[in-house]
Amino acid sequence: MVAPVLKVTDMKKAYGAIQAVGGVSFEVMPGEIFGVIGPNGSGKTTLFNSMLGQIKPDSGCIEFKGQDVTKAGPLELSRLGVGRTFQTLQVFGKMSVRDNLIVAAQEHHGSKFSRMFAAPDSGLGAKADALIEQFRISHVADLKAGTLSYGQQKLVDIATAFMREPDLVLLDEPCAGVNPSLVGGISSLLKALNEKGLGGKKSSFVVIEHNMDFVMSLCHRIMVMVEGKVLAVGTPAEIRGNKAVLDAYLGA
Amino acid sequence: MSTLFKEKRYLAGVFVALIAIVLIAVPPFLKNYGVYLFSLWLVFVVATMGLNLTVGYAGQKSLGHAAFFGIGAYGVAILMKAGLSWWLGLPIAMLVCFVVGLIVGFPALRVQTIYLAFATLGFNTAMWLVFRNEEWLTGGTFGFNGIARPEIFGFSLKGHLAYYYFTLAISTIAIALLWGLLRSPWGKAFQALRDNPIRAESLGIDTRAYTLLSFAIGAVYAGLAGGLYASLVDYIEPASFTVGASITMYLMVVVGGAGLFVGPLVGALISLILPEWIRDVSPIFSNWFLPIFGLMVIAILVWLPDGLASLPQKLFSKRKVLQAGVSTAQSAIEKGAK
Repeated sequence: MVAPVLKVTDMKKAYGAIQAVGGVSFEVMPGEIFGVIGPNGSGKTTLFNSMLGQIKPDSGCIEFKGQDVTKAGPLELSRLGVGRTFQTLQVFGKMSVRDNLIVAAQEHHGSKFSRMFAAPDSGLGAKADALIEQFRISHVADLKAGTLSYGQQKLVDIATAFMREPDLVLLDEPCAGVNPSLVGGISSLLKALNEKGLGGKKSSFVVIEHNMDFVMSLCHRIMVMVEGKVLAVGTPAEIRGNKAVLDAYLGA
Repeated sequence: MSTLFKEKRYLAGVFVALIAIVLIAVPPFLKNYGVYLFSLWLVFVVATMGLNLTVGYAGQKSLGHAAFFGIGAYGVAILMKAGLSWWLGLPIAMLVCFVVGLIVGFPALRVQTIYLAFATLGFNTAMWLVFRNEEWLTGGTFGFNGIARPEIFGFSLKGHLAYYYFTLAISTIAIALLWGLLRSPWGKAFQALRDNPIRAESLGIDTRAYTLLSFAIGAVYAGLAGGLYASLVDYIEPASFTVGASITMYLMVVVGGAGLFVGPLVGALISLILPEWIRDVSPIFSNWFLPIFGLMVIAILVWLPDGLASLPQKLFSKRKVLQAGVSTAQSAIEKGAK
């Protein structure tokens, strides 16, 4: 049996009297695209932030590649091989697109001391260019990322997450605010990265997204959350056909 | 695009060569005061390049840089009084700056922007009080007199011109080292920290370490500049290391161009040499220096928010857009002709 990349066991987190996440368990297998959907206030973001080390859950366990990372912070998670994208625009605005990508992987090469004498691009230039090519943003590669359009910055954000060939990428609403024509583009880019990987290494994804068409076409399995609890887990077809899900969320 | 890049490099080379020629060839023709101004400019370039690392590259708003400058100056003076040579005193003073810089960096892990500025301002005030009140160590308000200039391989650097060339050599080495550091992955890590610390951390950038080091390395440059300054003016007193001096250095960085490598060259030039020049032109002007300077700063911040050194970049990017437009138009014409 293949071991899961990510295993969350009975995770709970409360804010005062509000139980944001009340005992959630799931597993993400290697190479899997796992979607998390649910109405606003269902605990998706709290769950996500716990997996990212931004907040500490009250109880429960988060394991990454068999290692307990419940208490790990963002820095440690990155070192272990967890990448992420941001819901809002968070690129390094005054750095070029190319440098945005290079800086995303450079800290995983050598020591702090050796990096003081390393090449400016840490030997990552070709890899960054390949990813830039794949994301079709070559024409803006030398521009400051902050000057790009919303959609282009979103693409830079996603490309950045893959620079260091992570085992797991947490995608926080990759389509939020993106125009419909680009949504399809992002979807096929993510599918390609999932199937072929970068440099032969495949990644598993966890995706939070409100765009149902996007989630249904991209994800292998979907977990529906309502009021901090798991309502259902299954393939897109199963979720579409689930009566409880239709009543609680999709049918609205 | 690549031809534009080559052109840019070529222009940068010409620019560096021109500066080098001026710095090497002009001072021998100047009077003592002119040579002194050149030396003073170099001292402030070194100090503000350090501050530019802290503020411009790493984004840590520090208003305590003059305190490090003072630690460098007083450190060299005190250690030389204790019998150490200049060559031993300066590295020790720089090391002290590094350690104090690390410590001053700690508040930056908790607070940012204006709050960090206030914390560092408090540090500067505390250091100034030490310089002024600890008479047994610092000479109090009287300061230190007769701070000797070093010798190098038996050559005395007592002469103004000799000391200028010495300062030029040391500054060039310091600037080259900083250039190397900022070109290395470290430079990108600092900028990532400045642009978005949360994102930086999620990409494995040790924001804690880089925050502390941006202060410590910046402080070392201030310390070096302070040591050079002490021997240049041969008399130091607390007034040179006030919060006001820190604000002036901050202004040099901002006016020159925060986060641009050559920014401090321009910034220090404007805020050191310009007042001297205006004073020479006419006494009426000299009385009006501060308002004139203030208006200039406002004008620069309005029209060139990235500082004076961003002007060439701005012109280039305009041309880039124009060229892109021309090439699109040309290809359209060619298509039309077919």
